[in-house]
Amino acid sequence: MNSNQQYYHSVRLDTDKCKGCINCIKGCPTEAIRVRDGKAKIIKERCIDCGECIRSCPYQAKSAVTERLDDIFNYRYKIAIPAPTLYGQFNNLKDINLILTGLKYLGFDDVYEVAKATEIITDYTKKLLKEGKLQRPVINSACPAVIRLITVRFPNLINNILPVISPMEAAAKVARKEAVRKTGLRPSEIGVFFISPCAAKATSVRSPLGTLAPLVDGVLSIKEVYLKLLPILGKIEKVEDLSTCAFAGVRWAGAGGEADALGIEKYVAVDGIDNVVKLLEEVEDDEKLDVDFIEALGCTGGCVGGPLTVENTFVAKTKIKKLAETLKRKGQRPVVIPLSEEELRWDTPITYRNVLNLDDDILVAMQKMETMQDIYEKLPHLDCGSCGAPSCKALSEDIVRGYSTETDCIYKLREKVRELARQMVELEEEMPGSFKSDNREY
Amino acid sequence: MSEKAISLHYEIDGNNFTVAGQASSSIKKVLKQLGVAPEVIRKVAISMYEGEINTIIHGKGGVADVTISSESIIIVFKDNGPGIPDIEKAMQSGFSTASDEARELGFGAGMGLPNMKKYSDNMTIESEVGKGTTVTLTVNLQ
Ligand SMILES: Nc1ncnc2c1ncn2[C@@H]1O[C@H](COP(=O)(O)OP(=O)(O)OP(=O)(O)O)[C@@H](O)[C@H]1O
Ligand code: SF4
Ligand SMILES: [Mg+2]
Repeated sequence: MNSNQQYYHSVRLDTDKCKGCINCIKGCPTEAIRVRDGKAKIIKERCIDCGECIRSCPYQAKSAVTERLDDIFNYRYKIAIPAPTLYGQFNNLKDINLILTGLKYLGFDDVYEVAKATEIITDYTKKLLKEGKLQRPVINSACPAVIRLITVRFPNLINNILPVISPMEAAAKVARKEAVRKTGLRPSEIGVFFISPCAAKATSVRSPLGTLAPLVDGVLSIKEVYLKLLPILGKIEKVEDLSTCAFAGVRWAGAGGEADALGIEKYVAVDGIDNVVKLLEEVEDDEKLDVDFIEALGCTGGCVGGPLTVENTFVAKTKIKKLAETLKRKGQRPVVIPLSEEELRWDTPITYRNVLNLDDDILVAMQKMETMQDIYEKLPHLDCGSCGAPSCKALSEDIVRGYSTETDCIYKLREKVRELARQMVELEEEMPGSFKSDNREY
Repeated sequence: MSEKAISLHYEIDGNNFTVAGQASSSIKKVLKQLGVAPEVIRKVAISMYEGEINTIIHGKGGVADVTISSESIIIVFKDNGPGIPDIEKAMQSGFSTASDEARELGFGAGMGLPNMKKYSDNMTIESEVGKGTTVTLTVNLQ
């Protein structure tokens, strides 16, 4: 299996910075990290690029691979598609146009707001929900971390995912189309760059979900763009009228925004990957759950809590709320839908990847499971993480898979050392007479 | 036929509602590790969850024992609660004696036992009033 192709990940480790502590292995929702040789290692097939480890690493050793601003100049016509979260990073922002004009100062020829594209997605989702052909409860498809979580952990919920492209992808489609029309350039001469709060989206751009063709040419982190924007915002002479989005689109930056825009009654909005896991467990188990729509976002607070943002999640949330209220007073602009249903729908089914199975042969798997249970019973059940695995259960699994040994557990190691010491004393006693001392008189 | 089987045991605390679903989550992980098909996992998950909740709400707590072989998954819920006076009636869709408290938490639709029947390949209930209840479910792997 060509694992690099199959499991491309934007989340990376800087081994020089990694101290081999256990912060990330403990927080990883799919138990995808181990510490080996004093450094964290990501198990590619399990990683869902949620960015939890980027947030939890005290040494900034984890990051997401993104493009740099210079990369946009590889294209003749450059378009920025900013996530609404970008608007929540600035103090006292009254006019989104200031930020959008700033992006043009940075070198972009045009901007198309992802917040605007949410309107297309909301409209189409409403239509699909009304038709009632989707499996209930419908789970949103906007957060790629959640989709990846479902593909590795909730096989029975794959058919509940809304089979619709994300606002980022919709924005890219519209932006490219309009640019081709406006400039007469070939689509490949146009570079569409997402300004991203999100590591999972940086992955999606290279390995899209639900569609084969990558739609976005690159991802710039909000962190980088923010730093470049700050010094120029004060110097902008003429603010262009570029923003076309409405309050509902801006609210998508925070948890509950998508569900609010849909205006449905029976919904649950959940944010934070651990909370998402808990809710999805229940959805999988409970036949009677009376919910039509689930908005699940991997980051606490929603995308404003994304790992590539600068502003504190809760401060950003308030700013977004304020901005949305201002826009609301201005009134909603009409939705233009320049994309067909075919363009909005997923064209490639996503499939379950069982990353947990111990063996393809169930009998062998059962044998291993038994061994695993025996090993687990003998471990101290402290889940201390010193062995490099997130829990004693995970270590017993690693041992059965042949990746670790029992003495990776420091308690087991201590027992073993003690046992060795005892054996040495015993051996000492069994030494030949000529080696032994005795206190008899001769 | 193989004799090999994995046994799992769960204590279900009758006083702690917040743990409902834990046994189900744990079983789901084990079944994935064994490479069991998602459709089978779903049947087990629903049965397990409903059984866990009944054991908490109606049975006042008890145990669940799960035996997984290469042919089937057998789940036994056992409690020493009040028992079921009329099993046939309890099995009817919509029949429930759930307290107002349980209803407030969204339980008491009277669909638990019918769902367990629907999603398992075999189900038996043994119950004696004042002594307790044992529900046994079998889900076939094929
Ligand atoms: N373990 C048990 N001990 C005693 N009574 C039980 C037990 N399990 C079920 N019952 C009885 O059977 C009835 C029907 O159970 P069932 O699970 O179908 O519905 P419910 O638990 O009342 O509601 P729901 O499962 O839809 O939330 C219960 O209301 C209760 O009276
Ligand atoms: S919540 Fe938003 S920022 Fe976080 S992973 Fe999901 S899409 Fe990305
Ligand atoms: Mg019930």
